[in-house]
Amino acid sequence: MNAFKKIKNSANKFAINWARFVIKNKWYVFVSAVVLTTVLGLQGAMKFDGDYHVFFSKSNPELEAFDALQDKYTKDDNVILVLSPKNKNIFTKVNLTAIEELTQQAWNTPYSSRVDAITNFQYTRAENDDLYVDDLSYDSINKSESEIEDIRQIALSEPMLVNRIINPEGSVTAINITVRLPGEDSALEVPEVMNSIRAMITEFQKKYPQFEIHTSGMVPLTTAFFEASMKDMALTGIMLLIVILTTFILTRSVQSTFATLLVVLFSIISSVGFVGIMGIKLTPPSSVFPTMILTLAVADSIHILMTMLQKIRKERMSKFDALIESMRLNFMPVFITSLTTVIGFLTMNFGDVPPFWDLGNIVAFGMTMAFLYSTTVLPALMAILPLKKGRVDKTGKVSRFNYEWHTILSSLVIRQPIAITVISVAIIGGLTYLSTKNSFNDEFINYFDQTVQFRSDTDYISNHLTGVYNVEYSIGSGESGGINNPDYLKKLNEFEDWLYEQPEVIHVSAFSEVARRINRSMHGDDEGYYRIPDSREEAAQYLLLYELSLPFGLDLNNQINVDKSESRVTVTVKNLDSPDMIAFAKRGEDWLSQHTPDYMHAIGVSPMLMFSKLGFRQANSMFKGNIVALLLISLVLMLALRNFKLGLLSLIPNVAPVLVGFGIWALYKAQINTGMVIVFGMTLGIIVDDTVHFMSKFLRARREYGHSPQRAVEYAFQTVGKALVTTTIVLLSGFLVLSTSSFALNSYMARITVVIIIAALIIDFLLLPALLILTSPIKRARRKYTSILFYR
Amino acid sequence: MKNTVLTMVLLLTVYTASQAQDRGLEIAIAAEKADMGFKSSASTLKMVLKNKNGQVSERALEVRTLELVEDGDKSLIVFSSPKDVKGTSTLTYTHKIEPDDQWLYLPSIKRVKRISSSNKSGPFVGSEFAYEDLSSQEVEKYTYKFLKEQNNYLVVEQYPVDPKSGYTRRVVTYNQDAGYRIESIDFYDRKNALLKTLTYANYNLYKNKFWRAAELHMVNHQSKKETQLQFLSYDFDVNLTDDDFTQNALKRN
Repeated sequence: MNAFKKIKNSANKFAINWARFVIKNKWYVFVSAVVLTTVLGLQGAMKFDGDYHVFFSKSNPELEAFDALQDKYTKDDNVILVLSPKNKNIFTKVNLTAIEELTQQAWNTPYSSRVDAITNFQYTRAENDDLYVDDLSYDSINKSESEIEDIRQIALSEPMLVNRIINPEGSVTAINITVRLPGEDSALEVPEVMNSIRAMITEFQKKYPQFEIHTSGMVPLTTAFFEASMKDMALTGIMLLIVILTTFILTRSVQSTFATLLVVLFSIISSVGFVGIMGIKLTPPSSVFPTMILTLAVADSIHILMTMLQKIRKERMSKFDALIESMRLNFMPVFITSLTTVIGFLTMNFGDVPPFWDLGNIVAFGMTMAFLYSTTVLPALMAILPLKKGRVDKTGKVSRFNYEWHTILSSLVIRQPIAITVISVAIIGGLTYLSTKNSFNDEFINYFDQTVQFRSDTDYISNHLTGVYNVEYSIGSGESGGINNPDYLKKLNEFEDWLYEQPEVIHVSAFSEVARRINRSMHGDDEGYYRIPDSREEAAQYLLLYELSLPFGLDLNNQINVDKSESRVTVTVKNLDSPDMIAFAKRGEDWLSQHTPDYMHAIGVSPMLMFSKLGFRQANSMFKGNIVALLLISLVLMLALRNFKLGLLSLIPNVAPVLVGFGIWALYKAQINTGMVIVFGMTLGIIVDDTVHFMSKFLRARREYGHSPQRAVEYAFQTVGKALVTTTIVLLSGFLVLSTSSFALNSYMARITVVIIIAALIIDFLLLPALLILTSPIKRARRKYTSILFYR
Repeated sequence: MKNTVLTMVLLLTVYTASQAQDRGLEIAIAAEKADMGFKSSASTLKMVLKNKNGQVSERALEVRTLELVEDGDKSLIVFSSPKDVKGTSTLTYTHKIEPDDQWLYLPSIKRVKRISSSNKSGPFVGSEFAYEDLSSQEVEKYTYKFLKEQNNYLVVEQYPVDPKSGYTRRVVTYNQDAGYRIESIDFYDRKNALLKTLTYANYNLYKNKFWRAAELHMVNHQSKKETQLQFLSYDFDVNLTDDDFTQNALKRN
């Protein structure tokens, strides 16, 4: 007896003893599982976090830079209300009155700190030595036609307003409400703001039905994140139905279906407990965990149940014997596949995006629990539940069809291994090349598909009024009060001018504009003075005068710091994809470093830039994680197969599907987001199962039965072909459900996973057997025991 | 019978409401009276601005005030630092009912500009003080409601009359044992959320009648920014007259 056999026997013994123990103590096992689940479940808490900051780790340099900027000036979250009157003219008495009223109302928004609208724009004008600073349209109801025409003229020629608060045609305008959220609990604060805004809009539209209103901004974005999380969590229900149906069709047994359902439910309830214990707040990426666990966990149960029912139905074994036999045959495969899946999900921790750490950890925990429950609750329940002794299954049409289907495939591979290898490698090579054509794109507005109100409203705003993305630079002057230095202001002005020359730019808000405007007003509104003041004293004193004339909430604190040593430039840009966005921000930084003194150099920051760089950052950090996953999983494979060469060979069918997936994606969208970066490690843990099953059957045929490579391939097809198709279908249905998500981080991830899983099955059925045949020595293998782990 | 009770309850409510109003007004008048007769004063002060991260910025000012009885006080503020605004000064005539008049002298162009803005709610030179917090506190600028009496403290709620005020209300704590001096003010913004708290500290008694705090500390609860006014000196013997509060006087500084 060789060493393999010894190990095989001890593993066998362990599985048999385990099964016997479970059957003997079936009630204890079942009750303790229920108790464990209840205890875990009671710790459970589903809290959501919609703040976009959750996507960034504490050490994320872009987040740090952005927070630093917000600390210097004001920390702004906003709600933009875009008003489009049916008559396409903002400048009527009625419309201005309505806007003025809504602006007034908007001040009542919880946590609001500032409201900018066309009516309360602080219009500065001069009359002799008097300086007037006042709302552009105050008490609009009493304005004459000519006064309204004046207001129109002023508004449409005011650079601070056009393309920001009003469109050049004067048919669409915005009210921008700045809120300062305390940030203690976004799950409470954000709905408080949004409910107030929604109520305000409803009231307003009742009174002024002529307005169409679209809502966007950072607060609605947060709301959309919240809603996406909950919607994706609701997909669990659909998946549950699919699981019940699939299990029932495959097992044709109510008891088995019930047992499977309990196992997956227990696994999910336990994971919810894990979420509560770890204090994880769910975000859109992590909120898909129940569907994922369902999808992945159900395979364990199906394997165990199918073998058991087959033993009862075909071999007329007694229930307990069939159960023990099924446990003996499946214990190690289920353990190994669970292990690889857990490894795959745990590697998400290498990334730089916290929601995916959560997803990885929750699913890894859920899968561990699923393994535990599949090997305890499931056999216990099957032992408890009465099961009729099955009739002998007649070979139905389906299996004959399967047989033929397998035979066709295997004979094809056996006859043409070289051709198949060459063609496959060519296709894989081509798609691999294509996969490099993908570019990262994390335009966070586009995370939401067109069915989401936030997305359609935001699209409306970018089509009709202004850009929704921006880049900000905090530009220092090198000294306290230095923003009044004409040298600084002139450079700032040049920067502003340069920005306006860029094709991407829609609007620039810079302090140099304020300085020019005040200078003009100080010189009797003479257009010739619409330039930077001549001396620092003038600039400083004008600014002092101007600041004294501004009302509550419309001060310059959002543009200049307390020390007056730095000012903020906000550039509103068109919708750019991530690489263009990064390139644009970089161009701005480069311009500053080439044309200005050191102290004026600044880096561009904004939420959009943070998201733009997120994909790259995640990819870089996940690279290490993917290598680790590949190494670990290959190691598990080599151990499981007890063959170093085949372990290495298995890398091909495990890595190729991911390359194929991204290659096909390049043909489909060619843009990948942060959610898809995790796909490699995750799918690796899942698709490796196919390879392992196929290879172990091949090896068994070679070692135990001494078959030729060709015959061994045939054997592998016959034994695991159907099982692999079955598990693939279950996996596909799970990820297809997820691919319906309205949230792109989830739906894209699911879609590419679908492609990868299909590719994996095809590669395992074509390229893998071809390679096995080609790499096997021609001489008949010595009879040898195959892996201890797989010998169904 | 039922109606009578209802009427009585209603009357009582109206009565207590109007009583609270009267008592609030009384206190405001008493406070004004207690501070009456200082005629004129001059002080130098330092304004310290602090943001959320503790970054600090300073300005130095001189303030001169002329007391008027029939109308609001006149005041003149001269900036001594930062350097680039040195010599810039504002002259304000507060009025009891109409909007205040305000002029600014800009030494860089040697011109006096009249600021014709009804905006009094904005921050004063980037600080947490609004102009309306600093201007002379005329009784007519608010309506009142007495809230409570605690030991020697009287708490009165004040509602600004000016629709352009940045506040819905202020809650003012007076010290009735010390010439009705103000101990603290809570400011509520337009949506009636607590915005700022101003505390007065280190009071000194001048001429045995006039209480002046050496330190005013304004904390903005929403932005977490702070501003401190430190009065370095008070002079009640300057004997200023109307002539010291004219546009020409502005230029002289």
